[in-house]
Amino acid sequence: MSSSENPPALYAAREPVFPRRVKGQFRNLKWVIMAVTLGIYYITPWLRWDRGPSLPDQAVLVDLANRRFYFFMIEIWPNEFYFIAGLLIMAGLGLFLFTSALGRVWCGYACPQTVWTDLFILVERWVEGDRNARVRLWNQKWDFRKFRLRMTKWVLWLLIGLATGGAWIFYFTDAPTLLQDLIHGTAHPIAYLTMAILTATTFFFGGFAREQICIYACPWPRIQAAMIDEDTLVVAYREWRGEPRGKLHKGELDPAQGDCIDCMACVNVCPMGIDIRNGQQLECITCALCIDACDEVMDRIGKPRGLIAYMALKDEVAERAGGHPKNVWKHIFRPRTILYTVLWSLVGVGMLVALFLRSPISVDVTPVRNPLYVTLADGAIRNTYEVRLRNKHGETLPFTISLQSDTPLELTLEGSDKVVVDVPANDTKMQRVYVTAPAGSPAAGKERTEIAIVVETRTNGERVARGTVFNGKDD
Amino acid sequence: MSKRPVTTKSDPETTGHEWDGIQEFNNPLPRWWLWTFYLTIIWAVGYTIAYPAWPLVSGATQGLLGQDTRADVAAEIQRYSEANAPVEAKLVAADLNAIAADPELANYTQNAGGAIFRTWCAQCHGSGAAGAAGYPNLLDNDWLWGGTMEDIHTTITHGIRNTEDPDARYSEMPKFGADGLLEPEQIDQVVQYVLQISGQEHEAALASEGAVVFTDNCAACHMEDGTGDRAQGAPNLTDAIWLYGGDQATLTETVTNARFGVMPSWTGRLSESDIRAVAAWVHSRGGGE
Repeated sequence: MSSSENPPALYAAREPVFPRRVKGQFRNLKWVIMAVTLGIYYITPWLRWDRGPSLPDQAVLVDLANRRFYFFMIEIWPNEFYFIAGLLIMAGLGLFLFTSALGRVWCGYACPQTVWTDLFILVERWVEGDRNARVRLWNQKWDFRKFRLRMTKWVLWLLIGLATGGAWIFYFTDAPTLLQDLIHGTAHPIAYLTMAILTATTFFFGGFAREQICIYACPWPRIQAAMIDEDTLVVAYREWRGEPRGKLHKGELDPAQGDCIDCMACVNVCPMGIDIRNGQQLECITCALCIDACDEVMDRIGKPRGLIAYMALKDEVAERAGGHPKNVWKHIFRPRTILYTVLWSLVGVGMLVALFLRSPISVDVTPVRNPLYVTLADGAIRNTYEVRLRNKHGETLPFTISLQSDTPLELTLEGSDKVVVDVPANDTKMQRVYVTAPAGSPAAGKERTEIAIVVETRTNGERVARGTVFNGKDD
Repeated sequence: MSKRPVTTKSDPETTGHEWDGIQEFNNPLPRWWLWTFYLTIIWAVGYTIAYPAWPLVSGATQGLLGQDTRADVAAEIQRYSEANAPVEAKLVAADLNAIAADPELANYTQNAGGAIFRTWCAQCHGSGAAGAAGYPNLLDNDWLWGGTMEDIHTTITHGIRNTEDPDARYSEMPKFGADGLLEPEQIDQVVQYVLQISGQEHEAALASEGAVVFTDNCAACHMEDGTGDRAQGAPNLTDAIWLYGGDQATLTETVTNARFGVMPSWTGRLSESDIRAVAAWVHSRGGGE
């Protein structure tokens, strides 16, 4: 009986990963993306946007206390949460699009886990040296030098984590005020708690958990693996060209040997700790660092670049059979990706239209159903409606409430003998409204009559009509 | 022919169970699971010492921390009572007719009054205050004893036909049929007359005779024109609103056996500020005068 028949162990201990430094076009692209994404994240809360005296002047602000979301010129109220839903749908469709065209490009370049891990590895290399030095340090016993290096690294990581958690809370309240409060120790305990939790998670996820988050904790790899097809551009190894692999002897290649000299460069730079030559793997986030590493080696031994490259799996098969790969653009523009693009654009255009057509006043009408109607002394039938009035203007405005119906009905406001109600600036007001059908009128004797409650602001000329139902006494 | 089972020296022993040739390893429980289990046992011991836990004959062990959920609830109620004390004092001191105009009191009475109504009043008057047969609808503009703030406040404070409170509103309709005050024919006549004055279908001949019966027997309380008398809680018989029903059968039953609707007094059960809050809430529902 051979040992290979034994079932594999259910638990695999983590193999520590020490990614080596690498140079090349994809590495440079990743540096740029890291700078841009981190820059956006840290700087955004400090941007200002003038909205007048009664509203906050922070360009991007999630104001949970007052239930408002501000994004530059856009202001979202809780009843407009469908915009957030629309953005999430767009994010989902966008992810489908990018994944079907370019594979796990989100994982490899833009995912916060990837970006922060990359930053943490950069710090690690500054402090402890490149791969070989780090492996030595890992294996050696604790001494003062190891302690000093580790402490330096951890403190730097903690500072990054602190900045990360700190930047997060600035999105939820006025950033300059909060920074002063934080320094003076007068900020809300929730602010400190949120900072502490995010500092700890950043420190742990970026410093220690790293690739394990992608492999074990994150659902995207599973979903994205299902979205990739044979036309998707993925990071792959040209096995037909590289194999059989063999070491370089005295600087010369054995003609029977493939181009792969088994230098392990692709493995050593991999932040996920895998060997791309084993084919497509769940762990691969397509960060393309192995492409840079291999190209550098190919240049040195005078072989053409691209032993490891972005390619469609269809092309890998075609090339193996001696054919030519398809043009890259033909992989990217195909019915599937075009469909995703169209859907994404439709949702986006719909959202933009909805955003620019929305009225600065908003009205919801809820008929009171307990009871459906009240019989008055003269036999008239009265219905009650709860009308929620929202004034998104920066000033208190009089809202005029009126009725739109084909039959004679009378509208009055609870607690008022007028049909005008003042709604404070940037606020919501609930007004109960009575609609009365005179005794013997059509609406009084009919089970349901369609009516509309109309709300107007005379000064601004805005008008909102909300359809509802009048319930009569149907004997 | 079954293959020999794949085993190595490092494998644990089997449990001895075998099903269709499948044997079961006697694997130990995972260490983390065991430790979690032991920790829960230790926790449980500490918990039963610190908190009320073991049931005894009358009650349970108190626990060293002296924790008591009833006391927590009492403390929480106390906290809210203290927080509401200023506005309640203001409400008690306010003029009844000035409550709706004061934003703070209006806001408080809308919320507190609604909650009090749903707790204490909804059983008879319905959660929407629309009443039921025999229990007045509080939303309409017809009031038996009056619909001003003072009237509503008095009704809630003392009740209706509440014999335990001398200040309660009281009146009693005679049992015209049961006590033989009217003959059955006269009852039919007066019922037809009431149908007439309330604008319903009626027999004109009977009704004109009923008018005489009405003047002699009913007008003292319901007034000559049948519009009722609030001082006696006598309903208006000419409008579209009926407490028990306005059809011939119900009216006959009412005249024959009379009605005697009772409402309890809320003094003592509700504080003055609560009574004022619920009165203001009822007054604001569309029928207040």
